[in-house]
Amino acid sequence: MSDQVVTAHNGFERLLGRLGRKALGAVSWLGDMASVTGSSLALIFAPPWQGRHFVLQLYALGVGSFVIIAITGAFTGMVLSLQGYYTLAKFGSESLLGSAVALSIIRELGPVLGALMLVGRAGSSITAEIGIMRVTEQLDALQMMAVNPQARIILPRIVATTIALPLLVSMFDIIGLAAGYVVGVELLGVNAGAFTGEMIAKVLPEDLYAGWTKALAFGALVGSVCTYIGYRAVPTTEGVARATTQAVVIGSVGILMLDYVLTSFFL
Amino acid sequence: MNEYKKIEMIVGAFVLAGIISISWMAVKLGQIGGLGASGYALNAVFTDAGGMRAGSDVMMAGVVIGRVDNVVVNERSQARLTLLIDDGIPVTSDAIASVRTKGIIGERYVRISQGGDDEMLQAGDEIEETESAINIEDLVSKYIFSSGE
Repeated sequence: MSDQVVTAHNGFERLLGRLGRKALGAVSWLGDMASVTGSSLALIFAPPWQGRHFVLQLYALGVGSFVIIAITGAFTGMVLSLQGYYTLAKFGSESLLGSAVALSIIRELGPVLGALMLVGRAGSSITAEIGIMRVTEQLDALQMMAVNPQARIILPRIVATTIALPLLVSMFDIIGLAAGYVVGVELLGVNAGAFTGEMIAKVLPEDLYAGWTKALAFGALVGSVCTYIGYRAVPTTEGVARATTQAVVIGSVGILMLDYVLTSFFL
Repeated sequence: MNEYKKIEMIVGAFVLAGIISISWMAVKLGQIGGLGASGYALNAVFTDAGGMRAGSDVMMAGVVIGRVDNVVVNERSQARLTLLIDDGIPVTSDAIASVRTKGIIGERYVRISQGGDDEMLQAGDEIEETESAINIEDLVSKYIFSSGE
């Protein structure tokens, strides 16, 4: 296919050819990812289950990401409260601060920032780990011992990120709200009753469902993108390095794009 | 194995903390299965709901006593609101429901003023007396046209 493109007559045709090749490459990349992820997920119905590996991954990816999620959540809540206060104070409606902070954290910032932190901290390590398993032929060794690497390596990681992210995001939300409360009420002097009252009045069940659905979807996205890129890493030192970078970039961009799509569904 | 048991315990604590966070948010913030589910429903028909949305407050004497559960247009092209009133707050059968605005950004709420009747509305009843939203543009145009005569 690529041979024909090289014989193209002028620059424009060559450009078109290159664009076409890129597009086909992207589509086949997505297709391959769907096939690897799908066939790994299908193994969830096939015993023996890798419960032990799942727990270990939940520990490494979930518990290990807690501290960074907590710090991110606290500072997000604090800065939202600070920024929101000065904007709302111009209109004399500081009492709305609680609902403004709560809705932005629960609907948007909790899931998105939580997922970005997970991709940076846990996603990169997933890709690097699987990539090095590829380089050192551990994946082939597993196969030799009749252990399906998709069941043993990929599936527990996807399930772990999918389950861990909603839990982490909920913790992010609560820490962010508490930090926003401290800044808004203790430092800036917003009425405590107005802050919590508005927060409770304005946050509807739909907002919570929207946030949790996003967290679930982002968790699955992080898990499947990072395992797939590691699984298909070029088995060289450079290949693993490039795969790790790629996993973080594609994961982050994917989260932001998926966020827009999901938000437009929920509004 | 001992090491694994320890990890298992930490993971258990993590999952528990996550579930507590989720349920705290659900009960305290979203009021899922809390206030949202309890209470009794009353209907009220307005000619103009003025942008009322589900979730808006229902107030009596300035105190929140429930929330708007549903806003639809009925067969006579009027706005039909379903109000969820907290249990233990009786509403008289001649009460007046009005669409009001609170705050500077014009957030809508339903105000219920009690009447003098001894009879109380039951769940599913309709509040007969309603006052629609006051539309400032209408008032201004009315004023302009009437003063010109």
